[in-house]
Amino acid sequence: MARRTTLPRKLGVTALAWGIGFLVFFPILWTVLTSFKTEAEAVASPPSFLAFHWTLENYAEVQERSDYFRHFLNSVVISLGSTVIGLVIAVPAAWAMAFQPAKRTKDLLMWMLSTKMMPPVGVLVPIYLIFRDLGLLDTRLGLTIILTLIDLPIIIWMLYTYFKEIPGEILEAARMDGADLWNEIVHVLTPMAVPGIASTLLLNVILAWNEAFWTLNLTAAKAAPLTAFIASYSSPEGLFYAKLSAASTMAIAPILILGWFSQKQLVRGLTFGAVK
Amino acid sequence: MSTQHSRAAARLLVAPSVVLLFLWMIVPLAMTVWFSFLRFNLLMPGTREWIGFLNYEFFLTDPAFFAAVANTLAIVLGVLAITIVGGILFALLLDQPFFGQGAVRLLMIAPFFVMPTVSALVWKNMFMNPVNGLFAWLQKSVGMAPHDWLATTPLLAVIVIVAWQWLPFSTLILLTALQSLDEEQREAAELDGAGALARFRYIVLPHLSRAITVVILIQTIFLLSVFAEILVTTNGGPGTDSTNLAYLVYAQALLQFDVGGASAGGIVAVVLANIVAFFLMRMIGRTLEG
Repeated sequence: MARRTTLPRKLGVTALAWGIGFLVFFPILWTVLTSFKTEAEAVASPPSFLAFHWTLENYAEVQERSDYFRHFLNSVVISLGSTVIGLVIAVPAAWAMAFQPAKRTKDLLMWMLSTKMMPPVGVLVPIYLIFRDLGLLDTRLGLTIILTLIDLPIIIWMLYTYFKEIPGEILEAARMDGADLWNEIVHVLTPMAVPGIASTLLLNVILAWNEAFWTLNLTAAKAAPLTAFIASYSSPEGLFYAKLSAASTMAIAPILILGWFSQKQLVRGLTFGAVK
Repeated sequence: MSTQHSRAAARLLVAPSVVLLFLWMIVPLAMTVWFSFLRFNLLMPGTREWIGFLNYEFFLTDPAFFAAVANTLAIVLGVLAITIVGGILFALLLDQPFFGQGAVRLLMIAPFFVMPTVSALVWKNMFMNPVNGLFAWLQKSVGMAPHDWLATTPLLAVIVIVAWQWLPFSTLILLTALQSLDEEQREAAELDGAGALARFRYIVLPHLSRAITVVILIQTIFLLSVFAEILVTTNGGPGTDSTNLAYLVYAQALLQFDVGGASAGGIVAVVLANIVAFFLMRMIGRTLEG
């Protein structure tokens, strides 16, 4: 199926594609480079692209001044916690809807997706007040609960589209052999479902890691994940480009690498299986 | 008997998700509706009197409201236009054979994984800053006066930042859809003498329509609620020049502590989002069936 092409044309496309890829990626590259500069070099004009005095000072200072690691840990706990809890709730539901569809299953799925349409500001006020009264403001627990709820419809949808592809005949055969529901799930379904569950997990950790409405509104210093911690650099007294870059680089690096690994599943996961 | 048994079991398995989502939908929303009819300010504890539609009257006649609706629409439409047109062009390019396809894909998709507060602050300070930004340096080096993005064109600045975050998403999805296009169909059209434009118009574009629908749906959900990018760059300003509905409600609730007014605004935002969602769900329902 390889398309016929001439070498000059291929070289031309190569140059154009790499050029555009480089431009799109440039802000990230620039952030990483700036994180290794001194503050003076970070704002130097003309800017130095590679010929500057490379230093790791910013990384040390970000950790020392603001306990960066705690915010990093908050991000890990909140994004992993909400995804795992969401999966525990969603796997049975998606399984049932994929293999025991009722008349209303399609409507139910659409309704679940429609809960994502609700703009978060519509419920910001009551959630804020409930959290305040229950002492959940600025806690990892509170944020984990909220992210579980907002991720749940997407988790169910992703799992549903993966489960849908598992051939039903296999389940029927297992039932014929006398497997009960529990055995069916543990011995037949789970091995086939693991890849789908794994990519759902990966994608949702990424989404939860980058969530920036509830994390900004419901946390202060204590439970702030990286999204909220980085936001503190927006104040004028926090205008240190090199340190902002170091903090940013550390905040995006782990998730960027995860994302690169998951990019094959990304499309079908995020489009609920509509585009494969 | 076994099907009846398993059907009951299936219902039991779905129940927790449905109950949780139902509560999440109904309880806070009902509270928001309730608050929206009260005079309720956190700075004046104890006063919670019923004032009917007064909050709505204030919110809907506030000039900031119209600015916010216009800005919300501008962000959604602006970003959609950039990401769809750009996404189609990039996808067509990346679909051609060239050296290093895998690597360029990785470069292109990267911005999607950058958290909103990071991308907003990086663009704001290191690119759009009129003194130290790279754009200013580029303009100065060709003898132009540097453009102050956040002061003079704040909404455009927000659109640029958000579009940078979403362009990889649309490109990747459209590229995936493009790669499933039957090559023989394209070649047959080429042999029949169809030009590149005609092939795009009659073969490629119809094939992409489903993917484009999905991109519009998913992005619109997120774009209606753009928040962090505004909070850390312009704070909605200058004035209300870059305030969208999400930011306006946030400002009323957590900066002015006006619970009643913010709730009314929240309900207005929900109604508007539902109008958009209604059309989108119908559209995606149709495309996904077909």
